Amino acid sequence: MLRSKTFIETYQEDLSLFRTIWIKFWMAILLMSILLFPFVVGRYTLYMINLTGIYIIGAIGLNILTGYTGQISIGHAAFIAIGSYATTILGARTALPFYVIIPLSGIIATLIGVLVGLPCLRLKGLYLAMATMSFGIIVQYVLFQWEGLTHGALGMAAPAITFLGFNVDSDRKFYFLITVIVFLLGFAAKNMMRMKIGRAFVAIRDRDIAADVIGVDLTQYKVMAFGISSFYAGVAGSLFAYYTTHVNPEYFTIFLSVEYLAMIIVGGLGSILGSILGALFIGVVPEWLRIFFGFLNNTFHLSGLVFTQQLKVITYGVLIILFLIFESGGLFAIWQRMKTSFKSWPFTY
Amino acid sequence: MAGELNYLLQLFVSGLSVGSVYAVIGIGFVVIYKATKILNFAHGEILMIAAYFCLVLIENFHIPFLIAFLLTLVFCAVIGLMIERFIFRPMIGEPVFAVVMITLGLSIILRPLTGMIFGFGNVMFPSPFPQKPIVFSNVVVSYAHLWTFIISCAVMAIFFLFFKYSKVGIAMRAAADRQMVAFLMGINVKKIFSLSWAIAAATAGIAGILLANVMVMNLNLSFVAIKVFPAIILGGLDSIVGALIGGLIIGVFETLVGGYLDLYLSGIKEISAYILLFIILIIRPYGLFGTEEIERV
Repeated sequence: MLRSKTFIETYQEDLSLFRTIWIKFWMAILLMSILLFPFVVGRYTLYMINLTGIYIIGAIGLNILTGYTGQISIGHAAFIAIGSYATTILGARTALPFYVIIPLSGIIATLIGVLVGLPCLRLKGLYLAMATMSFGIIVQYVLFQWEGLTHGALGMAAPAITFLGFNVDSDRKFYFLITVIVFLLGFAAKNMMRMKIGRAFVAIRDRDIAADVIGVDLTQYKVMAFGISSFYAGVAGSLFAYYTTHVNPEYFTIFLSVEYLAMIIVGGLGSILGSILGALFIGVVPEWLRIFFGFLNNTFHLSGLVFTQQLKVITYGVLIILFLIFESGGLFAIWQRMKTSFKSWPFTY
Repeated sequence: MAGELNYLLQLFVSGLSVGSVYAVIGIGFVVIYKATKILNFAHGEILMIAAYFCLVLIENFHIPFLIAFLLTLVFCAVIGLMIERFIFRPMIGEPVFAVVMITLGLSIILRPLTGMIFGFGNVMFPSPFPQKPIVFSNVVVSYAHLWTFIISCAVMAIFFLFFKYSKVGIAMRAAADRQMVAFLMGINVKKIFSLSWAIAAATAGIAGILLANVMVMNLNLSFVAIKVFPAIILGGLDSIVGALIGGLIIGVFETLVGGYLDLYLSGIKEISAYILLFIILIIRPYGLFGTEEIERV
């Protein structure tokens, strides 16, 4: 399956999303395996994969803001919380169907994201990091205290999803719902980042003043980055509420924000594929470790060795540090390198 | 009317005491920021570890408070040196984002680790100060708060003199101002970085022990450092004096909000500082004493 280097001869080819026949071939294989996936794995795996799908959406959102536009956000959990609560509140007070509520939750998160983005326009770097972090803390406080709206620490139940007369209640049905949304939003993001918007974002990240000089409207695009990122977070939050059927302010801590940051750092900043790889990795690694610890327990009878929530958090921290020190491009860079070396094999120079 | 005034005065005094600790924590942030242009998100965790370390020295090894205090400072300085040497030295020249994210990663590692070593529950710090409060006419001050204030002021005075007159302090300021020039002038910039981390960690140690005296001790101690963000932003990220004044203002502001508004909005005290941070960032992002960055392409 040796491939020669491809040359782009027409504009049509240059614009196409999947450039060669082989990429199309592998995409078809991938699509098939994604469709067949829920029928071959167990319930628990499917549950984890569904959560990972939700993570992917949120991670793409954060990557658009932090990876592409270079605006550090440590408050991503706040927007996810807003999406979740928008869903539960709308579900409790209105009779809207889920295919209205999910985008609506995204839009509500977008509006709030734009509101937060506006005062943050003049900020960048560390100041923005501190501002978004504070926003996260403020949102969590509001969720705890505004009991009339959010039921405080008790949390709220999410509505059930019915679609054309049948209930979306099993893990398998959710799998397809989440997969469809991941695909839609993933392709939207991929295309957006190839377009004018994406290039403007990257220009802002690389040097905002230079971007301003060449005609990128900083205000407009920074607010847009905040808005798009919040929309993705809102949709992720909405799906999270539907899938777990219950939301509680305790879930949306600063650690959730750091978890999302871990995903995009591990996956690769400024890359949609990177967000997906990162979310999968962050979702899967604790499971592997849990199984590995269980294995150690059974073979060596170390009863004290249990993979706890604490160890999971520590794992995330270690992953962030190791990736930043040794592979700042993340899994995406590793993937690119592998691909290149396969492509040009045996002439790998 | 007199009662009202007393209440205000009382809040003001305890606010100053809390604020002085914020100022000490803020100095730690500022020292690292000035030297290396990064914000250390793991500062709160160092502070928390210091408090636990001191507690263990006193409870389990029966070391007198003063010696335990000094040992803790040395321990913190060593932690700071190790973090600098093994994690940040390799990252010199990398983008700020990467370095700051590493401190964030470090902070989420250290928190559960501390819990696993020292336990997750609440513990009481054996306060060396008398329990009986002092009464000045109508204002009641506990010894712990008073000593917190005195020690914090002493620390701040020492820092002020250190940066103003000592050779090392001046070298640190020079390195913070323009690394390359300082290097060419014969200042060992690497050593200055190590020293900054050691000093910052030691101030975190002081603040940790002081806080352990006036607060319930658990893993949430590390969140106090996050509360200092508004203080250092108000003062200006790169100003020691700013950290001092910012810390005092935030401490008093928070206590006043807690004293007057808590009846209407429960828990508002906890987030009042963050709301203030937003307002400061909108109006004056470089703070009261910070240098306004002028950017050139």
